[in-house]
Amino acid sequence: MDLSYGAEAEAFRAEVRRFLADNWQPAERRGAELKEFIRAFRRAGVERGYLYRSVPRRYGGSEQPVDVIRAQVIREEFGRARAPLEVGGNGVNMTVPTLLEKGTEEQRELFIRKTIEGDYIWGQGYSEPGSGSDLASVRTKAELSPDGTRWIINGQKIWTSQGMQSTHMFMLVRTEPDAAKHDGITYLLIDLDQPGITRRPIRQMTGEQGAHTFCEFFFDNAETPVSWQVGGRGQGWYVSRTTLKHERASIGSADGLGNQFRKLVDLARETGRIGDPLVRDSLARIEGFVLAHRYTSFRLFSCAAAGEDAGPVQLMMKLYLTEIGHEMALLAQELIGEYAFIEPAGAGGRGPRGVRGPEKWLDQIMGSLGNSIAGGASNIQRNIIGERGLGLPRDLALALEAGAEK
Amino acid sequence: MRFHLSAEQIAIQDAVRGTLADCWPMDRLHAFADGADDFDPASWEALMALGLGGILLPDSDMGLLDAALVNEVAGAAAAPGPLIGQLLAVAAVARSGNAAARAHLDALVAGTTVAALALGDSPYVQCARAAQVFLVGSRESGLALVEAGAGVVIEPVQPTDRSRPVSRVTFEGAVRHELAAASDPLTAQICDAALVLVAADSLGGALHCTDISVAYAKEREQFGQPIGRFQGLKHQLAHMALDVEPARALVWYAAYAHDAALDDAPRAAAMAKAHLCDVYVRSTRAAIAAHGGIGYTWEYGLNYWLRRAAFNRAWLGSPAQHRARAADLAGW
Repeated sequence: MDLSYGAEAEAFRAEVRRFLADNWQPAERRGAELKEFIRAFRRAGVERGYLYRSVPRRYGGSEQPVDVIRAQVIREEFGRARAPLEVGGNGVNMTVPTLLEKGTEEQRELFIRKTIEGDYIWGQGYSEPGSGSDLASVRTKAELSPDGTRWIINGQKIWTSQGMQSTHMFMLVRTEPDAAKHDGITYLLIDLDQPGITRRPIRQMTGEQGAHTFCEFFFDNAETPVSWQVGGRGQGWYVSRTTLKHERASIGSADGLGNQFRKLVDLARETGRIGDPLVRDSLARIEGFVLAHRYTSFRLFSCAAAGEDAGPVQLMMKLYLTEIGHEMALLAQELIGEYAFIEPAGAGGRGPRGVRGPEKWLDQIMGSLGNSIAGGASNIQRNIIGERGLGLPRDLALALEAGAEK
Repeated sequence: MRFHLSAEQIAIQDAVRGTLADCWPMDRLHAFADGADDFDPASWEALMALGLGGILLPDSDMGLLDAALVNEVAGAAAAPGPLIGQLLAVAAVARSGNAAARAHLDALVAGTTVAALALGDSPYVQCARAAQVFLVGSRESGLALVEAGAGVVIEPVQPTDRSRPVSRVTFEGAVRHELAAASDPLTAQICDAALVLVAADSLGGALHCTDISVAYAKEREQFGQPIGRFQGLKHQLAHMALDVEPARALVWYAAYAHDAALDDAPRAAAMAKAHLCDVYVRSTRAAIAAHGGIGYTWEYGLNYWLRRAAFNRAWLGSPAQHRARAADLAGW
């Protein structure tokens, strides 16, 4: 084994560093000027093949061969220089790959360039108040307009990240009420700026509210052109499955956890508990999991670079992360003691916070619970590990449902 | 960048797995567990015939990672034999300048001289009655090779771990070859390597417990269904896998850090020992719970892994002791 990236990657790293030194000098720019600078910087990054590597040139990407080592070097060097990477969010992570795989030429032309340049921000319209883990039970319905050119949408979506900023949404709607559950869904794109759509931020248990929280969306005869339908009518469930596959191997995914653990050690120091043998034992016990997560991310990355299948362990990373977050929350709760009486400044929100004491851990203590719910709840993860990872037979209710559809 | 196993490493594991499967079907393990011996010459010979004895020689193209992979497979099989002691004795003797100790090297590599591990203060030593030499010492006292015979008193006890029976051993006036002083880096390296190999044995045992629990859940039926279909058990099994599978990389990293002489190698060894020994104990308990009544019988044999887990946990320092060391080493 060898954790160095090799001479070729290091030469590439030097090239990326030169590019950053020449092109990333934000200096004193602010506001609109900074925004324009970043836009130009990203264009230069695309020109050099560093950004949007999987997106064809004709849609504004850099169309590079798959190379996870190079992608990792780019992330590391841009991170080190604090230079902006791709715009991120649902648009780049989900809409663009889905359109590349299942979209029409018209859809790709319309949306990809605007999305990767940050003009279009996409909300995810999957969950509904009655459809969480059982996503295929969506009830928001779409019906064709009398002339057959538009879908007319009625219903409600919920838990949309970046909802207040979103310009567009990709959504699952029921179009064939008489078809079997998974075969009655269609995948639509929609412009959110229209009278039939109302959005409302959800106030979270952390206290977070306002512009940056999740939203719920109400659709009251909202419209979208039939040409904005992705994949066949009734095929939306399968289109959405391709979306979820677009996740990339990255060592960086483990860094967040490592940073948080270091802050937990700092908290033990700050609260004068670092010499307590019980605290030291708890920290080291949690660190065993943190390091196992980190080294497993090396393993996944290494397998991805070599084009090999890492096996069931890749299905475990989300639940592992969630469980470690819980453990850290429990120790943090012990360490902050009576600081837990004080709600931290700017709790949950993203406004100015000023200097915050140990009570700031309440953000992590509450926020870590989100991981056990969002992006596939923990019990769903356990089913996935058990069924897809270990090959255990499917849950009876799900097996019966699948049988009924065949 | 490479952090997964090579085809060669997988082939070595397969070879060892195949040999151990031939040597130790459950009825043989039962016979050994109920017998009076602490060593089985035939299986030892078969294992040594694979050339494992020289893995940790200084000029070997393998290293602690490969030794760990072999011990993982031995742990999965709950294989009898002092494999960890043998590999470490070769590593220590080959790196020492002591000619009298080095005279044993060829036979140690071939496995014809059997070495037992007697590091630390504990008087309990695995396979002591079969051993011709003992690797003794500690971080504080340095390492030595002690010859069996006069001055080595071996008192058999009823061992908990039936796969690697211990005896109570005292050394007084035995023939002793100094290998490394306490200040010699070799001493700490061997002590750290021992922790990684116990972690590897524990990894293998925990993987085995998970695998057979999953297999049983697919086979056993209740209420007209394979029990693995029921979410309660499915989630327990998912958690067993979740506990052990990511922890594999902790063993890999500790072994790799040792081979690459990284600064954090000693701490990585302590973390791996502490974490994997905890995982192993949890896995054996979960496996027996997942099996129900059959798991609680002697005949089914899961208890051999539970007993081995209990031994590994306390061997060469408990998880809590190694976590305390890890905390010190981190400068907390």
